[in-house]
Amino acid sequence: MSFIESEKTWYPEGVTRCGLGKFTGWLGVLGFIGLLGLVSMLWIFYRGIGVTGLDNYFGFGLWITFDLAVIALGAGAFFTGLIRYIIGVDELKNIINLTVIKGFICYSGAMLILSLDVGQPLRAWFGYWHPNVHSMLTEVIFCITCYLMVLIIEYIPLILEQKQLNKIPFLHNLAHQMHVVMPLFAGIGAFLSTFHQGSLGGMYGVMFARPYAFREGFFIWPWTFFLFVLSAIASGPCLTVLICGFMEKVSGRQLTTYRIKSLMAKIGGTMLLIYTVFKYLDTWAWINGVLPKAGLTFDQMFYGLVYGKWLFFTEMVLCLPLPVVFLLTPLRKKPAFMYSGAILACLGVVINRYVFTVQALAQPVLPFTQWQIYTPNWAEWLTSLMVIAYGFIVMSLSYRYLPIFPQEVGLNKK
Amino acid sequence: MSGHSKEFPITWGMVIDIDKCTGCGACMASCQTENNIEPQPEASNKLRSTSWMLVYELTNDKAFPNHDIAFLPRPCQQCGNPPCVSVCPVIATDKNEDGGIVSQVYPRCIGCRYCVAACPYHVRYFGWYDPIWPEGMEKTLSPLTSVRPRGVVEKCSFCHHRWNLAKDAARAQGKNPDSLDDGAYVTACVQNCPSGALSFGDLKNPKHKVHELIKSPNAFRLLERLGTNTQVYYISRREWVRKLGDNYLKSE
Repeated sequence: MSFIESEKTWYPEGVTRCGLGKFTGWLGVLGFIGLLGLVSMLWIFYRGIGVTGLDNYFGFGLWITFDLAVIALGAGAFFTGLIRYIIGVDELKNIINLTVIKGFICYSGAMLILSLDVGQPLRAWFGYWHPNVHSMLTEVIFCITCYLMVLIIEYIPLILEQKQLNKIPFLHNLAHQMHVVMPLFAGIGAFLSTFHQGSLGGMYGVMFARPYAFREGFFIWPWTFFLFVLSAIASGPCLTVLICGFMEKVSGRQLTTYRIKSLMAKIGGTMLLIYTVFKYLDTWAWINGVLPKAGLTFDQMFYGLVYGKWLFFTEMVLCLPLPVVFLLTPLRKKPAFMYSGAILACLGVVINRYVFTVQALAQPVLPFTQWQIYTPNWAEWLTSLMVIAYGFIVMSLSYRYLPIFPQEVGLNKK
Repeated sequence: MSGHSKEFPITWGMVIDIDKCTGCGACMASCQTENNIEPQPEASNKLRSTSWMLVYELTNDKAFPNHDIAFLPRPCQQCGNPPCVSVCPVIATDKNEDGGIVSQVYPRCIGCRYCVAACPYHVRYFGWYDPIWPEGMEKTLSPLTSVRPRGVVEKCSFCHHRWNLAKDAARAQGKNPDSLDDGAYVTACVQNCPSGALSFGDLKNPKHKVHELIKSPNAFRLLERLGTNTQVYYISRREWVRKLGDNYLKSE
């Protein structure tokens, strides 16, 4: 049997896939982007992060924005797992594998960027060895690591279910046993992920000398702790829907029913509605409480184009109530509205993470300092693109060789 | 606004008389040499250069003849309630009994720059490049201060090493090292200020000049309302300068 023929024996049972040449070409393009990023990464390790566009004003920039955004968007994994295994919405079994892979990609990608972002990567383990229990970042370091382990544990049985691997009795049994204990890991994952999503928000909320980001709190947690959790579990399922829709478009095959995607969108929309209420309350309290106490006004929080009010209104109006309407009303039955709603929800969370990361630092707190503009350079863009390319590669390989969509065979019968 | 201030029996502080400061930059230069701050490969990029002590130019934004300017030297404010300490994930920076000076442990720092993000005074500097001294210039290095590798955050330490020297000198003279005479320990910037604008001492010791200076009605601290509770005080007899030290709303 030729290699091209034997490669077909690796596909999930009963499905068809594009030709190997086409697939290799697709991987080649992604691999080239990944390679550029890899070279940039090695250059950064060699020369230090002086080669980036970061400076003493913007210790946080594109990388942290990217991390926060992908982690928020990756939240679909833990939240869908929670609903599927703990709350018991059985229908989600048809999309849970996709959310696990998406979560794994988002978290492992974020870890990769984080390793670049610290000035002393060889000391990254100090976070575990010399932890400051008062720092929200410490909690992020612990939770993100533990949760990535959980995601790996959840991803492994999917890999073991690959047709050829699954013929090996030991691997078959191992995959089965891992599936049996998966609700336990779904629970652990939900706990860990909730806390570190919150801690990522808390990281900003506790910066009491930065009035753009600072928030009063509930016990030890600033409001941003809860807002980040809510926005993540709102946008996470939306990205899952978008990825699924994109994969269906690219592959030309239906992978799940519209009903499943619609259910995910409804879950995301419901969470978005709750988030919208709290975000509006928070913004009102920020404008009328935090800012006057710091001697600042709402208008002083914005500047020029890159820090303009348009960002605020896009996030608060275009990306909150509008997708709520699209995702929670009968409009959801029309794909155009459902996908638009999902895109807006994801865009909103990206803008939110950007302004908290960059605008919070750009906004002058000292009355005699000025707004500064931050521009990420090629080193930051290429490494970020590398992670995106890595995600596409992992997802492409998973789709081609792993049985991740239980409904695919049935939905594509001629 | 938030957080918890720490109080210590010895609280080293600086008082800067803005009306006396000419903006000559001697404090900046003396800080650079005293603390082995490496020559910058691209010093024109002010957002990348390292200045533990930085002199800001303030203006009242009025047209001539009412135009007025002032110079504001800015070391680390050594906050009583530091925004930077609680955020550091590895306790590389801390506020402890050491005279209330916010420390920075370079071998512990992982370079995450969370402290940079948290500090509104921009006193924290990151080592973007490997520190390289041009040939011959390495002879100017002080043996009293460590040289930082690239990739860690550094900042003003109130020339902490000078305190250790002062304590040793006091012990040698049979004096109490925990109650130094006024002027026994001063920072390099204070020592080299030609106009006498900078004063340094124990804010809680009545025998020290700074103890009285901070009671002046013209004394103020930067961003007082944020609650960082700094140990650096400024003095100016000009109201617009005092007001510029904090954010004032039009209604105030």
